[in-house]
Amino acid sequence: MNIHEYQAKEIIRGFGVPIPPGEIATTPEQAETIAKKYGTAVMVKAQVHAGGRGKAGGVKFCKTATDAKEKATAILGMQIKGLTVEKVLVTVAADIGSEAYVGIIVDRATKKPVFMVSAAGGIDIEQVAAETPDKILYVPVDVRYGLPMYDAMRMGFFLYSDLKLVRAAAKIMQQLYAAFMASGCSLAEINPLVVTPTGEMLAVDGKMVIDDNELDRLPNIAALRDESSEAPSEVAARHANLTFIKLDGDVGCVVNGAGLAMATMDLVKYYGGDPANFLDIGGSSNPEKVVNALKIITADPNVKAILFNIFGGITRTDDVANGIVTATKANPLKVPIVIRLTGTNEEIAMKILTENGFTASSDMDEAVQKAVALAKGGKAA
Amino acid sequence: MSIFIDKNTKVVVQGITGRDGSFHSKQMMEYGTKVVAGVTPGKGGQKFEEQVPVFNTVADAVAATGANCSVIYVPPPFAADAIMEAAASGVQFIVCITEGVPVLDMTKVYPFVKERGVRLLGPNCPGLITPGESKVGIIPGRICTPGNVGVVSRSGTLTYEVVYQLTRAGIGQTTCVGIGGDPINGTNFIDCLAAFEKDPNTKAVAMMGEIGGTDEQEAATFVKEHMTKPVVGFIAGQTAPPGRRMGHAGAIISGSAGTAAEKIEAFQAAGIGVAKRPMDFVELIKARLK
Repeated sequence: MNIHEYQAKEIIRGFGVPIPPGEIATTPEQAETIAKKYGTAVMVKAQVHAGGRGKAGGVKFCKTATDAKEKATAILGMQIKGLTVEKVLVTVAADIGSEAYVGIIVDRATKKPVFMVSAAGGIDIEQVAAETPDKILYVPVDVRYGLPMYDAMRMGFFLYSDLKLVRAAAKIMQQLYAAFMASGCSLAEINPLVVTPTGEMLAVDGKMVIDDNELDRLPNIAALRDESSEAPSEVAARHANLTFIKLDGDVGCVVNGAGLAMATMDLVKYYGGDPANFLDIGGSSNPEKVVNALKIITADPNVKAILFNIFGGITRTDDVANGIVTATKANPLKVPIVIRLTGTNEEIAMKILTENGFTASSDMDEAVQKAVALAKGGKAA
Repeated sequence: MSIFIDKNTKVVVQGITGRDGSFHSKQMMEYGTKVVAGVTPGKGGQKFEEQVPVFNTVADAVAATGANCSVIYVPPPFAADAIMEAAASGVQFIVCITEGVPVLDMTKVYPFVKERGVRLLGPNCPGLITPGESKVGIIPGRICTPGNVGVVSRSGTLTYEVVYQLTRAGIGQTTCVGIGGDPINGTNFIDCLAAFEKDPNTKAVAMMGEIGGTDEQEAATFVKEHMTKPVVGFIAGQTAPPGRRMGHAGAIISGSAGTAAEKIEAFQAAGIGVAKRPMDFVELIKARLK
């Protein structure tokens, strides 16, 4: 789960990391009021789950409160990578002496949280890693012992030479690590970590990605989810316990299992079509899940054909067949449907489908080709 | 011969009285797996299906039955502890089926298991099956048949799809292993490839990877440097958008890293036969078995 910059900064502030004062505005007038209250230059920053906000014009420096109102007017409602900006963070603009990058990710290779720090802050860390890898220090952490002070100091010395700054940075490393662990993060970063001309250290931007598997045991973190910033179809899918990701194509896919769902999308592409979505109905599916899946898929006006690909292991194919029948009785389909199912209770499923006027095959390749042809307006082979 | 499990493997089921645990325990027993014990805290002394003794702890189960393999079906909040309990109780092989284990839990569990010299498969995996001998986990037994192809995959149903097609084409398997779709897992592709290379009955390997991470790229290097047996590979997620978690927690393209294209390129550079579609495995494997 992604959370907004202001939420991430609020979390790390709770662990002691210094951040510039700021508040959220949803209207230009609010932005003006907040800026007036601070009585100093502010930044107005779009709060959306997308990188490259600055490049897209979603982050602006404002000298005055009137300026803040104007900039907020332009940013609110703006589209950044397909997401509408619903709110802005109005925050005191920091004087920047130097900028560093501090991040923690869960590293798959070492199977540990790993710190990445670099004095080349404020820019895309991937670019730094690709072009000047020696400018990044990697420090893995054994979670059983936490981040030892000597490792925190080592990172401090990598970034700064003034001992006062080294110590301040080491403290922030430990605070960020504590926030990372307590919030169930898969990523936490401060970029940039700023030193002002007067020697003050500030986290000017912050980002956190939460491991979805943590949300059940971290209700306070789960409550930070902002559904207004997600595609409505994905919100509906999550409420129905389905994994759904919207794509741009026209073949709606309903599959059981993530690997098979991806392979099905790939096969649609292989045969010259474009998948409209990723949708995994999961292992032990019941008819209701299928009904919900069909609701979500048919709500997408781009979908020209629907493809079911079910390999019954734990999933009972008769459950899926019943779901299709129930769903289409309640809401007759306006687009053609191609059903492929094989495995557990296949004979029963085929019987249910045939009795209700559907045809189904047990061959994945054949079904995908047929769905692609139908989406293109052609006749099924 | 096979890898990791065979007809002599003695299995203890953690969470045997739960909904998933009981269903799959019965399936394993029907398949012929030696399920010697179950564990559910507080239900020690009971019998599962009137034949399998249930214990309060894994240590009790191991002491009483000599179980050497554990399979875990407990809910996600308890999975990390269940893995550690098994590793501390003397079993040599742990299979964790549970999906949804927080990755930070795994950063704690992984070194605990490693330091005890125990092999962990999963979490979030379908387990494994040595056709005709034993299955530990949830892979449907009837889609497999004994033979000489090793199968290893990050996925569940995609594996079933490929195995089913191999079986229908008359190509049997030594062992089919699902390593799971999480970013941190106990057993990776290389562990399985090395085991298949050593197994005298395995003549070729089918490998199903997906987007995210670099496990497949490292596996490709291993194949090039250490394997004499032919390998055929497939990568799922060629059409997946970057930055989105495609069902599996580990199936995510981070920035520009972990794409299907870079993995396929690594396969090709290592001389691994690339299946463009799941159904291509049959012909590619057949050609390499000749």
